[in-house]
Amino acid sequence: MAFARIVVPPAVARGEAFEVRVSIRHPMETGFRVDDRGNGIPRNTLREVVARYAGVEVLRASLGSGIAANPYLRFFVTAQDSGPLTVEWVDDAGKRGTATTDVKVDG
Amino acid sequence: MRLHRQRAIASLALVLATGGVSGESIAPTYRHDWSEARSGLAYAGGSLAAMQSDDVANPGMLWVDRGSELWRGAAVSAPACAGCHAEGSMRGVAARLPAWSAPAGRVVDLEDRINACRVVRQREAPLPRGGDDLLALSAFVASQSRGLPLHVEVGGPARPAFERAQAFYVTRRGQLDLSCANCHDALAGRRLGSETISQGHPTAFPAYRLEWQGLGSLHRRLRACLYGVRAALPDEGAQLLTELELFLAWRADGLPVEAPGVRR
Amino acid sequence: MNGAPRKRVRAGRVRRGRRRWLEAAGALVLAPVFGLASAQGVPGSPDVPGIRALEEYRAGRALRFGRLKLTVPRIADNGNAVPMRITMPIPAGTGATVRVIRLYSETNPVALMAQFEFVVPPPRVEIESRIRLAGTQRVVAIAELADGSLEADLTSVIVTLAACLDGT
Repeated sequence: MAFARIVVPPAVARGEAFEVRVSIRHPMETGFRVDDRGNGIPRNTLREVVARYAGVEVLRASLGSGIAANPYLRFFVTAQDSGPLTVEWVDDAGKRGTATTDVKVDG
Repeated sequence: MRLHRQRAIASLALVLATGGVSGESIAPTYRHDWSEARSGLAYAGGSLAAMQSDDVANPGMLWVDRGSELWRGAAVSAPACAGCHAEGSMRGVAARLPAWSAPAGRVVDLEDRINACRVVRQREAPLPRGGDDLLALSAFVASQSRGLPLHVEVGGPARPAFERAQAFYVTRRGQLDLSCANCHDALAGRRLGSETISQGHPTAFPAYRLEWQGLGSLHRRLRACLYGVRAALPDEGAQLLTELELFLAWRADGLPVEAPGVRR
Repeated sequence: MNGAPRKRVRAGRVRRGRRRWLEAAGALVLAPVFGLASAQGVPGSPDVPGIRALEEYRAGRALRFGRLKLTVPRIADNGNAVPMRITMPIPAGTGATVRVIRLYSETNPVALMAQFEFVVPPPRVEIESRIRLAGTQRVVAIAELADGSLEADLTSVIVTLAACLDGT
């Protein structure tokens, strides 16, 4: 279950900076916790988060155990053409997830 | 110490005495002593309110999204909830629960209500209390009442449950020998450690609790409270907790539903 | 209280010495806090905590303070999720492009908390997220520019345990 919310402004002007906000459901397991039986819960964080827009990688992040569970990201991108903005991630367990939204560019 | 114990025994006797009496109650009438009911957000740092009010920053919305998916038919073989319940039709439901259920013969909360539908209408097994799917569904339904004032009925057949819960609320318990009222009425606004004690309202639940790093139900929060005073913990779904939920909803009458809220 | 007069301790002398000892001890305890207070937003060379991963990354490069800004609440509601914002105004025409921003923790078991890379220069250097802090500590943000130079900021956060332990 790879749930996420990704939000951009409803319309942006070409060449302007616009805000991208992403919220990803992920435990961001630190690797330092133990379960009820005393077994260590392996580390599982988002080792790679990549945001792509207009054919270009606009952000590449690595979120470690120092980032809170169910991570939230807010960053800025320059508006080019109308089209999808996609955020893809892979965690330490190799599980992949993706969230996409459409950017509507005026002008 | 002796006076404490005497008081404890006296209130216990009072509670036991009222337990067997139906209808009329001789339990001490609870009266809150605050001038204004205030949301838990008033007792936390400003960043918590900011996180709650933004639907992207609020991690609870990820559960609402999952609930929306379940509502529309994921993981059921029977007709989906959406098959009978129109979009947005759940508005107001969470603002009047818990409530007496005639078919069930007891007070039920939102999770009970969802499970009743599952069993009776969808002919599916009830979802486990505290499980992620039920949390997601209850978050989805409750979020549709956001902003609506909480108002539950505690008269009529619900009255004995209400009285029981009221007595529970004012009774000291646990190794720390504290009642809910000791902190959340007498000391709301004062500090415990580095935290400010809130009035203990249920309006944010199911809530994303930073301490849990996830969304949890009111039952879980009440269990955490009981753990805090080192008292016995009923399971999630226990009738005692549901009745306590009814009392807390009555106590919070008029406060807006905030689910899914964000709390420490 | 019996009638016998109490032996008069040379209270003045003892108190002064004790006070000095207390002051010194207090200063020792509070020094890191005071050190931080001067570091926040003040250009110069604040007292950067010795974080090995940070030192390895720096590789001896100087840290410039004053442009990069790391904003975290002074007191965290809960160490599990503390809001964090990194900003850096880029004056037009300076051509100062940010390539990587890294976030370091002073006392977490893993020092490098996050890394943000920009293959394409961002139109605005503003990143928000939520960090996890294992106790009161300092957090350091480092931005590496295209020319390899480093801009930095550090801030301190007070993180306390929850008032009531939660066993659920």
